[in-house]
Parts: sequence; structure tokens; C-alpha cells
Amino acid sequence: MGPVHVARTDRTESFRTLVRGQLPRLYSIARSLVGDDAEDALQDCMLKAFQRFDQLSEVAAGPAWLKSILIHCCYDHGRAKARRPSQVDFDEAERFSLYRKIAYEDPFPYSDSLHLDFLQEFGREDVRAVLMRLPLLYRTPLVLVYMEGFLVKEVANMLAVPLGTVLARLHRGRKLFEKQMWEYAEESGLLRKDAR
Amino acid sequence: MISCAEAVRQLWDYLDAVLDEVDRTTVEEHLRRCRRCCGELEFAVELRRFLARAGGEVIPTDILRRLNDTLEELGP
Repeated sequence: MGPVHVARTDRTESFRTLVRGQLPRLYSIARSLVGDDAEDALQDCMLKAFQRFDQLSEVAAGPAWLKSILIHCCYDHGRAKARRPSQVDFDEAERFSLYRKIAYEDPFPYSDSLHLDFLQEFGREDVRAVLMRLPLLYRTPLVLVYMEGFLVKEVANMLAVPLGTVLARLHRGRKLFEKQMWEYAEESGLLRKDAR
Repeated sequence: MISCAEAVRQLWDYLDAVLDEVDRTTVEEHLRRCRRCCGELEFAVELRRFLARAGGEVIPTDILRRLNDTLEELGP
């Protein structure tokens, strides 16, 4: 076995070690971003990352680098299925406040913790279903910041966009999410008394 | 003191810790005095917790095995 082959074997093993340590987190992100396509997106991510592994200058940057590649793979998978931003009524979403809507509609008249009761109607799968109604562009910062716990500036680095862009998408994503939560609750019968 | 509309507009940026010191102080001052906005703040905090609880999905064993198989197939 020559020195070149040994170096390439070491490189492959370093890559495997990096990816193995990140697989649970990467899967969780992909599942929230592209649902049932998560495994395919992760397979693509591993192949692309392996091809580009020489470009990674320091091992410490590996986890963030992998997540960045994964998100772009998720974009590729989600693009065909996602609703385009132009199909979404942002003006209506901008005016929408879930807090005020719940208070106004008062879906659980005998409750003294109305807003919490509303949230408790949603299981994990309901949350995912609501998220999947959002365009991927706006779903992504919601998932990364609120579900996966990354800082806004870390997300800006992962997406390679300015901080202001992430903040704007986060704001729109939240508004769309709130509006879709209400619509989903109505459509799914979560607000009916007999569903409680 | 800033208006309720302005405080609510900045509420999430406040929770996301992206406001500068001046804006953060202004929002906090408003929240100390305004019960209506406190309700919105509590709901926003709960909504953040609610989303955090929905994250962190565990990778199923069969998917983990297939992904590890792919990793093993990569090589020089």
C-alpha cells in the first residue's frame, strides 16, 4: 500500500467519523425540512460532502459545513414540491395574529388558559404538517432557529445570506406559520369540542 | 413609551436576541408596564417552546443502517 493510498484511506475515515457523529442531527433537520424525503436528501448530502471534503480547511468547521450542504440538498428535493412564494398571500399573513385570532374566536369558551389549550391540541405530526404547508424558503429558518436551536447568525452563515435576510424570512415564516396553524386547526377539527 | 403595536412588532426579535441594546431596553420597559402585551409575550414564549418540542426527531434504526452502509461504500 503506497503513501497516496494511505492518505486517501485516512481521509475517508476522517470523513466517516465526522458524518457518523452528525447523522442524528442531520436527520432531524432534514425530516423537518423535507419530510419523507429526508433519507434521500441525506444520501445526497453525504455524496456531495465526500466529493468536496478536500475543501474543508479545518475539522472543527465540519458540522456546520455538513449542515450547509444538507440544507442545499433539501432545497433541491423540496423545490419540486414546495409552494412558490408567489402563491402565498404575504399581505394577509402579515396582518394575521394568532394570539388575537384565538382571543377573538374563543374556540374553548370554558377555558381559562385559552392560548395554551390551543397549542396543546397540536401533536408533533400536526406541527410537521403545518410546517410542510410553508414554502421551504420560510420553513428553513423556522426549523433551524426554533426547532433545532441555532442562533440567527449561525443560520445566516449556513445559508450564506446576510443576517437581515434571515431575519426577514424568519418574520415571514412565523406569520405564515401562525396563519397556517389556525387554518390547519379548523380543517382538522382540532377546535371542535368533541375533539378535545 | 413605545406603542403596543411597535412593542408587538419587535417582540420576536426581542425573544430571538437580535435587538440592539437601545431597542431591547425600550421593549422591556414597555412590557413591564403593559398587561396586554405581556399576554402576547407569554404566547410568543409558549409558541417558541412548542416549536422546540416538535424538533429533535430520532433517526429510525433502518434508515441509520442504510446511511451507514452508504458511508462504508465511500472510499478511495
